[in-house]
Amino acid sequence: MNRSATVGTAAAPVSPNPAKPLSRVRRPGPTSRARRAKTATIAYLFLAPSAIPLVAFVVVPMFRAAWASLHTWNLISPMRWTGLSNYRDLFADPDTLVVFGQTLYYVAGTLPLTFVGGLTLALGLNRAFRGRNLLRGVYFLPVVTSWIAVAIVWRWLLNPSVGIVNTVLANFGIDGPGWWTDPAWSMPSIILASAWKDLGYVMVLLLAGLQTIPTDVQEAATLDGVGWFSRLRSVTLPLLSPQIFFVVIISLINGFQVFDQVYAMTGGGPNGSSEVVVARVYDLTFRYGQAGMASALSMLLFAVILMITLIQIRGERKWVNYA
Amino acid sequence: MKKSAIAGVGIAAALALALTACSSSAEPTASPGDATSGSAEPVTITYSNFISNGGNEDNLATIVSAFEADNPGITVEVTTLPYADYFTALQTDLAAGTTADVFDIEYATYPTYQSAGAFAALEGVDTSVYRGDIAAAYQTDGVSYALPTSFSTVVLFFNKDLFDAAGIGYPTSEWTWADEKAAAEALTDTDAGVWGDYQPISYYEFYKALVQAGGQFLSDDGTSVAFDSPEGIAAAQWLVGKSGSTMPTAEQGAGTPDFDTSLWADGKLAMWHSGIWMFGAAADSSFAWDIAVEPGDATNASAVFSNAVAVSANSANTDAAQKFAEYLTSSQVMVDTRLSTGWELPAIADDALLATYLDQGAPDNRQAVFDSLDGIALPPVIGDNQAEMQDIVGAELTEAAAGRKSVEDAIASAASRINDLLG
Repeated sequence: MNRSATVGTAAAPVSPNPAKPLSRVRRPGPTSRARRAKTATIAYLFLAPSAIPLVAFVVVPMFRAAWASLHTWNLISPMRWTGLSNYRDLFADPDTLVVFGQTLYYVAGTLPLTFVGGLTLALGLNRAFRGRNLLRGVYFLPVVTSWIAVAIVWRWLLNPSVGIVNTVLANFGIDGPGWWTDPAWSMPSIILASAWKDLGYVMVLLLAGLQTIPTDVQEAATLDGVGWFSRLRSVTLPLLSPQIFFVVIISLINGFQVFDQVYAMTGGGPNGSSEVVVARVYDLTFRYGQAGMASALSMLLFAVILMITLIQIRGERKWVNYA
Repeated sequence: MKKSAIAGVGIAAALALALTACSSSAEPTASPGDATSGSAEPVTITYSNFISNGGNEDNLATIVSAFEADNPGITVEVTTLPYADYFTALQTDLAAGTTADVFDIEYATYPTYQSAGAFAALEGVDTSVYRGDIAAAYQTDGVSYALPTSFSTVVLFFNKDLFDAAGIGYPTSEWTWADEKAAAEALTDTDAGVWGDYQPISYYEFYKALVQAGGQFLSDDGTSVAFDSPEGIAAAQWLVGKSGSTMPTAEQGAGTPDFDTSLWADGKLAMWHSGIWMFGAAADSSFAWDIAVEPGDATNASAVFSNAVAVSANSANTDAAQKFAEYLTSSQVMVDTRLSTGWELPAIADDALLATYLDQGAPDNRQAVFDSLDGIALPPVIGDNQAEMQDIVGAELTEAAAGRKSVEDAIASAASRINDLLG
């Protein structure tokens, strides 16, 4: 994460003027120190517009949630200190494992779908043909559409008795599933809708990556008689690896935080079959008045996401190629 | 007719008293001379409500305008939220300390919020203007913390045209579940998209059907559930059995917002279990309709709901807020507006004022509203885990309705999960 960020952007302001003679650098006088301080001030000023909201709305609430997780709190009465008992209760509650399992199910379902789909679209739309820009826009449209609207449309598409999907399946003699009304199919319904919606986002990121690959590399490979598939495997994908790494890490983080589509499509039902971690956090906080327990659960989620991200970053140097 | 109405209300009052045994020390502080001091400084108070959502917004505006006219210098800013979202929003506001000066609550949520200190004590309220016992439901240790806005019941709406076309006699207060079922089966015509019955498969319908079947939700001491009984199974079976036979299933849209209202308005619903707060909306129906007391099984039991308004403990304008709360719950304008528009019934003490309710037109049989008070099913209240308990009952009944669980298993599972909450 860290590395990809520094690679992507220009290097931080280290030396103000590298072309200066060495003698000037070796004797840092008061003017140089003042200049460095000035540079730092300017840098902080530029950072402030994003740093201040980040601290106010992300960092501070994170610490407050960590604090709340050690209390019993119904949002109305003052917090009551209970130490680690929320965590103990969560570990003892079989539902905790269930919601984490269902969240993992969601991630495992959407990630491959969006990745393969997004890559296919990006490869296709990287070729020159008429209507290419229009199609790029069309595939990106779901990304900027509100989840509530998308959820309502998908609920109709996937309506077991009157939905288009099952009607079409019936024409082929297939008895369609109960989709969001069936506990076994509620999560696949959400995965399907999510993959459709996120496809464009992955496509755009990978498309941008594809355009950074120099054409002469591809041409050289073609001249050497390398086939399309080998070129994809040995040239395109390795050169696309920074973007792939970014897509995977962002998709994993977003995936574990899935909420909107669950809330809008199934409300976590039927019978809790599509309840995910963040939906559980929401219910605990706003429906059941257990904000302390909810905070503890979100801390657990934070730990899981952090762990997965760290593993990713460790694995990064093995396969990501910043040529 | 009038006598019977008064008798019905009296019974409701008695039952409401029974439900508030805790507040026996209630004594109305007799100082009606409220702070009408000429506080010349103009103030703006906020009022957050769900009671006017879905058709009564204009009626609330009438009351608010009248209040502002009677109290120059006080402006009321109204926020209206759907019932489904209201309590989430209130919870958030309470946590953030941004509650409106005056806000709606309902009986089931009163104990939790009161003990958490969310309400300002209402000093010097003349509680004698309210139905004593409903007002007492919102008192703790003799102090009023909220004032009753209204009470309402759930009755059986029926489409007379559909009954006439099928040659079936209209529902009466003598009907039982068996009569309703037979009529619903005869009236259901799935090819024409006409359904015989609609009763949500929900916690609210379940605790009522349970009493109708002769059962009870909690044990006498309230420490465990008592609905895992033959009566509980009968009640669940009564609701679940309708789904897909005389009532649309969840797949067909049942349970989504406004589904039943639209079905009714389209003239495709013969019988509808709904609240008297729908009278206003139903008045526009293009067909003849009326109401009857809900059929029972072992006994008749109707759901009675009561809403109230509280003044926020954080309000900077408690005097103006309390003045508005009193106006909203007891003024003549409020009584007139509610009775003439068919909104929920005002929780006022003067029964004579309510008598005009019977002559307001559609539905003709408004007497059924008062008759329904002869047998009441009160919602079980368990405190902090109230919402979770309601969700569990709803989820288990949905499982049974979808056929993924037997009714017996669903009831057993709900009982064990709720016992865990109580334990």
